Amino acid sequence: MSEAAAVMHIGAEPQETPLTPESSGKLGMWLFLAGDAMSFGCLIVGYGILRHASKDWPVPSHILGINLTAFMTFLLIVSSVWMVLSLSAIQKGDKARFKKFLGLVILGGLTFLGCQAYEWTHLITEVLPEHHLSFSKDLFATTFFVLTGFHGMHVTGGVIYNSCILNAVSRGRYEAKHVEIAGLYWHFVDLVWILIFTFVYLL
Amino acid sequence: MSEMPHQEPNYMAVFWWLLVLTILEIAVIYVPIVRIAVVILLVAMAISKATLVALYFMHLKFEKRTLAIIALSPFVLCVFLILMLTPDIFPR
Repeated sequence: MSEAAAVMHIGAEPQETPLTPESSGKLGMWLFLAGDAMSFGCLIVGYGILRHASKDWPVPSHILGINLTAFMTFLLIVSSVWMVLSLSAIQKGDKARFKKFLGLVILGGLTFLGCQAYEWTHLITEVLPEHHLSFSKDLFATTFFVLTGFHGMHVTGGVIYNSCILNAVSRGRYEAKHVEIAGLYWHFVDLVWILIFTFVYLL
Repeated sequence: MSEMPHQEPNYMAVFWWLLVLTILEIAVIYVPIVRIAVVILLVAMAISKATLVALYFMHLKFEKRTLAIIALSPFVLCVFLILMLTPDIFPR
């Protein structure tokens, strides 16, 4: 085997899986997301059980700002649309359009994190003391920060991941299938926020 | 490698559905109806939105069925967890 052929062999995709014939990485991401969904599922179920068992749980919409989080929900939904548009662009070989939309996705993620930082600061310094609630003593506050914090870490991870993908595709090292896998992660983050928005803020 | 294994879904239609459902969700909490109706409506709309994202944005509709079963497995865990914890929230 010549050196070039050996390099080709190493760089080649391992044997395709029957579930996702186009790339094994996609199956890997789905398995990771299933595991991650179990973590979120446990947190959300735990939250529900604690809330149901408590006698004096505050009405969330009286304490948490719905307007800002409605905007954050809108932002994640729009960024999911940008993500599918960027994938669609790279599948058609349109790199400029791909970069524009993935850039918007990253910007959307950063704006979301900025809103969350503002929301947390506002809650911790003003709203919670007003209602005589505290982060360390009340289940309402604790479950809120654990759930939104765990999700916020996922958004942070998504922003870093998408930035790496943007960089690697721009250099020609990654292609459409890698963007699709990153997209799965980003849509999952959006999907979980849809559930958190309903269960933690609206219900 | 197949680049375009399926026809591209209408992403903008999915976006409008998600937006309308989000607006309806926020509207529902201000409607003066019994609490249980609000809960049922909100949960139904949240699950619809999550399903739309999974089916169309994550392309689950166009994948093999076994992958969908893998994706649904966490819900089985959640149901078990609820069932196992339920005795705990009723006073003995």
